[in-house]
Amino acid sequence: MRQYYNVITAYSIMLFLIILVGIFQSWSIALSILNYCLISAVMTIGANLQWGYAGLINFGIMGYTALGGLAVVLISVAPVPEAWSAGGLGLIICLLIIVLMVLSIKFLSSKFKTIKNKTFVISSIIIIGIILIRFISAPAIENIESIDPAKTGFLGGLGLPVLLSWIVGGLFAAGVAFVIGKIALGLRADYLAIATLLIAEIIVSIIKHEDWLARGVKNVIGLKRPAPYEIDLQNTEWFINLVEKFNSTKLSLINSISERQELLSQLVIDASSVYVKLCFTGLFLIVVAILLVLTQRALYSPWGRKMRAIRDNEISAGAMGKNVVKEHLLIFVLGSAIVGLAGAMMVTNDGLFTPGSYRPMRYTFVIWVMVIVGGTGNNFGAILGGFAVWFLWVQAAPISLFLISLFTTHLPETNELKIHLINSAPYFRFLIIGIGLLVIMRYRPQGILPEKIVKQ
Amino acid sequence: MDFLNAIILLLNFTVLPALTYGSQLALGAIFVTLIYGVLRFANFATGDMMSFGTMFAVILTYYFQSIGINFGILPTALLTIPFAVFMMIFYMLTIDKFVFSYYRIKKSPPVQLAMVSVGVMFVTQAIIRIIIGPSDRRFLDGEKFILKAREFKEITGLNEGLTIKSTQIITIFVTILVVSIMFWFLNKTKTGTSMRAYSDNEDLALLSGIDPKKVVLITWIIAGILATIGGILYGLDKSYRPFVYFNNMLPIFAAAIVGGIGNPYGAFLGGYVIAFAEIFLTYAYKKFFMYILPESLEPTSLVQLLSTDYKFAISFSILVIVLLFRPSGIFEGKKI
Repeated sequence: MRQYYNVITAYSIMLFLIILVGIFQSWSIALSILNYCLISAVMTIGANLQWGYAGLINFGIMGYTALGGLAVVLISVAPVPEAWSAGGLGLIICLLIIVLMVLSIKFLSSKFKTIKNKTFVISSIIIIGIILIRFISAPAIENIESIDPAKTGFLGGLGLPVLLSWIVGGLFAAGVAFVIGKIALGLRADYLAIATLLIAEIIVSIIKHEDWLARGVKNVIGLKRPAPYEIDLQNTEWFINLVEKFNSTKLSLINSISERQELLSQLVIDASSVYVKLCFTGLFLIVVAILLVLTQRALYSPWGRKMRAIRDNEISAGAMGKNVVKEHLLIFVLGSAIVGLAGAMMVTNDGLFTPGSYRPMRYTFVIWVMVIVGGTGNNFGAILGGFAVWFLWVQAAPISLFLISLFTTHLPETNELKIHLINSAPYFRFLIIGIGLLVIMRYRPQGILPEKIVKQ
Repeated sequence: MDFLNAIILLLNFTVLPALTYGSQLALGAIFVTLIYGVLRFANFATGDMMSFGTMFAVILTYYFQSIGINFGILPTALLTIPFAVFMMIFYMLTIDKFVFSYYRIKKSPPVQLAMVSVGVMFVTQAIIRIIIGPSDRRFLDGEKFILKAREFKEITGLNEGLTIKSTQIITIFVTILVVSIMFWFLNKTKTGTSMRAYSDNEDLALLSGIDPKKVVLITWIIAGILATIGGILYGLDKSYRPFVYFNNMLPIFAAAIVGGIGNPYGAFLGGYVIAFAEIFLTYAYKKFFMYILPESLEPTSLVQLLSTDYKFAISFSILVIVLLFRPSGIFEGKKI
């Protein structure tokens, strides 16, 4: 039990901070911070799997997050039949051509190992394929995008339940990670970091600019959610009764019936948003719990020990007969799948998919700061990092505003420096996060909750 | 005549912009490569360090303009370069003293240093945004064009005009100047040779009495000069916006790796490879073919290989292809 003291203390401090936000700002804000903390926690579990367990640097987290978001659109949005009839056939043919290209190249490179101008044949297959695809897809895409561009202009999704898309988001990310891993995993650590960073950039730019797929930068709004809508709740009998019961003392203080009715409706509106966020919190908590149990079990299983052995000394692990390349690829795919799941969760929570908002700063580097600050190799640490850093990220602006006004109280309101500092308060979050990372890297490089090696 | 028109068209819309952009990338790529070769880590704060130096140039330009100093037909920003470079070197040395030197002395793995540079990136970004804000700023003054399209048409009597912006010529000229001085320094002077020795084999260099502190100091000074000048040239040519500078880090990394990281000659050429690939693959060749092909063969579509949206994606794809087939870069050569 004693070894868990610091874990429990750290988490209680975190919970206390969120409750403080609930009391001083509002419960709705506190819950949305908590939800984002949980989403960040899922991302850090994924990143920690790659970095903490296996020592792989994946700076492509942004790409997998975006793929998870794309899955939500492709699965849950209702299909657009006009678009399918306008250009669906052309795009399906293109897809078939791509599959054929991949298969034929694979066949060529495996069957004819000694063929003389193999590279020439393969590159000519690729070039012919690309020209064919361009010729077939251009009119199809134009047709699709011209159908009611203000509202649809894309193929739409499958119209399936949104929770299914979380799994599909993970699968999307896993599939892409498999291809990237095949390409890039042989590289040295810092090359791998740069390569994944750039590949993620490619993925996002494809999602941004292929409007037929998910409307690109025009965004998809009004996505389905696994929780009830606020408007429906506000008109439901049992919900209003529940709110009335909770606030009966408050309501009984007011005598006039019309005023009481007004207060009640206000309370119902507030409560409905809290209730919806609570639903999300519950769902996210389940996901985090499942992932935590699975990753913890994996960490202390023979497989986890093998991963640590590979991480700590690749050459000797290889000499012991462990297949380093295969294990690296496996953990790269697994970690990316978890990040994809988190991306799907995030888009579901927001209810909208905005490809333009995927930027490496927010979705790659901040997540990495979370993992390093929290504790690499320790799942509890990584999750704590997700909570703490996200909390700081959101609350940095109010905190720095408070500090600025504290230090500049003696200055008059019209002082230019003061006005400038107050206007630039939002940017202090970068400063706080950066200095936090530097301090942790210097004085506690293993993170707040360091990795524990349990000797069995 | 048609052939000349086609050549001018290409010069105007692809070759000149690509040379300019390539020079800007090349300066950044040499910066990345120097840090990688001598200090042995991938510096993720590259873009923001360039932005930091440029910020001083922007502020000083505004100040000079307000007190009435200008550089005639040349942009005032060129006058501010020495001051901006000085501030940049000061900032870099401060960071090195308080952040990087600890890990260097401890001989931490490069990965840890790269992580630390992410922390530096956050801090630098914050400082820039707090001082100058995130908005778009133009600080180009003086003569904007050396040759306008209309004048060119009048002189030559061709259909196609050639526009030469003064920033394009300044960029190319300054880049050649800076890079040749740097290569001369690296190859001909004793300090430059000791830097190359340190980069090739640290232990042997230390054994032969090279002072590591001096090598690191000189590296940061050269890096500061390159970063600031590269940043100012980019800002003059386009505009100064902190977020764009952060994004420019990505093609710069691509250029450095394509050229063979650790090899300044490679990085220099890598910048142009990336720039030419980006611009040649996204240019719509319709008009070009209209000039050189007979009328019956004229293309109806834009003859654009890829839409300009994928500009960045091209440089990254080149990088991936290079990493796949030649992980050590196209131009291997000797390390600095």
